[in-house]
Amino acid sequence: MIKEPKISENQREIWREPLNFGRFAVPKGEIHIFPERCKECNYCTNYCPNQVLERSPEVNVYGYHPVRVREDKKDSCVACGMCQSICPDFAIFVKEVKIQ
Amino acid sequence: MTEVEYHPKHDLIREERFPHVWCPGCGLGIELQCYLNALEKSGIPQNNHVLVSGIGCTARIPGYANLDTYHTTHGRGLPFATGMKIANPDLKVTVISGDGDLFNIGGNHFIHAARRNMDLLVICSNNFNYGMTGGQHGSTTPPTSKSASTPYGNIEPTFNLPYIASALGASYVARWTVMHPRQLTKSIRTAMDVKGFAFIEVLSPCPPNFGKFNGFKDGFEEMEFYRKSSVVQNDAKLEDISIDPFHGKDIVLGDFVNRKRASYITLEHELIDRIRGGGQ
Ligand SMILES: Cc1ncc(C[n+]2csc(CCOP(=O)(O)OP(=O)(O)O)c2C)c(N)n1
Ligand code: SF4
Ligand code: SF4
Ligand code: SF4
Ligand SMILES: [Mg+2]
Repeated sequence: MIKEPKISENQREIWREPLNFGRFAVPKGEIHIFPERCKECNYCTNYCPNQVLERSPEVNVYGYHPVRVREDKKDSCVACGMCQSICPDFAIFVKEVKIQ
Repeated sequence: MTEVEYHPKHDLIREERFPHVWCPGCGLGIELQCYLNALEKSGIPQNNHVLVSGIGCTARIPGYANLDTYHTTHGRGLPFATGMKIANPDLKVTVISGDGDLFNIGGNHFIHAARRNMDLLVICSNNFNYGMTGGQHGSTTPPTSKSASTPYGNIEPTFNLPYIASALGASYVARWTVMHPRQLTKSIRTAMDVKGFAFIEVLSPCPPNFGKFNGFKDGFEEMEFYRKSSVVQNDAKLEDISIDPFHGKDIVLGDFVNRKRASYITLEHELIDRIRGGGQ
């Protein structure tokens, strides 16, 4: 029986660093948001493993505060796709950026 | 000039209809996305997939899928889909509808479609209530939980959907939540290849009705409660997995049943071949 893990403050904490860890490039993502579709459910802001997203103070035509990328986390998206796959409103998606 | 930007699922959704009708935090959009992910991976052409529903919030899912979709009458998605599958067995027919639609008003159709091992994939989104009509209770409302029609707590016993489906002989039975998008996608993908009756129960939050009546502040709180109450146990004894999270019982998820049992379409075609071939 596998108990679902509880969300920890920093989910990406590495318990034991693999020996060849330095050889792997961490993927990078570019976030695209449709602000008019966002209904402020906060799933993406809560479930993003790197806390990349936040609600913006702006208001869309339906009266919701759409999400945006946090200024201090502009380079922290790892293109895991979590936000895209749990957004009920098809309001956010990620494109993986090729790292040279 | 800026280019118009589309969602990666653009070809599979009717994007012009967005934003959709569902409430903030409703899980149905995630369920739609998982279905479309599985459809993409199925290798079956988009034109051969059809999506059928009854009535309810869940039943509006087909309206957002860019496929041949059918929004039928309350509880009647299964007989409609059965007719379509028999008339054109090349179609991959999926029925997606709510717990109330499939198990209350449409319960008898479910029993017989599963008994026949009809070649259909049935995805039931269980939000524990009648979302569309304001949150009344039904046969899937957990013990003692509150709803618009059980303000003092539900006194009725609850249907255990995977157990029912399995007892009736379904070829495939699973249960996931919308907070398990990868597992759910995989499960739908697997079920698309099943011969016979495939049934997947998907637990989904309904924040303004079931959530609100049971003290959840918003969809996220309700979702977290289901996620934290969940355990994955593929070999669970199905008679033990009725849903009762408000008394500390774990919600058991998994791909429970995947077995070979003669399907209706297979038997029907064998019969036709036998009769046409001059046998009896
Ligand atoms: C014959 C008939 N009876 C009753 C209704 C009213 N009605 C509409 S949706 C619904 C319940 C839907 O519940 P469920 O299938 O759980 O869908 P949800 O909205 O929760 O996704 C009812 C009773 C109807 N439309 N038609
Ligand atoms: S793709 Fe992953 S890391 Fe990037 S914003 Fe979405 S959830 Fe966060
Ligand atoms: S998951 Fe989607 S709808 Fe919800 S807050 Fe994020 S972008 Fe908005
Ligand atoms: S009432 Fe419930 S099921 Fe219907 S759209 Fe709202 S949250 Fe979803
Ligand atoms: Mg329902």
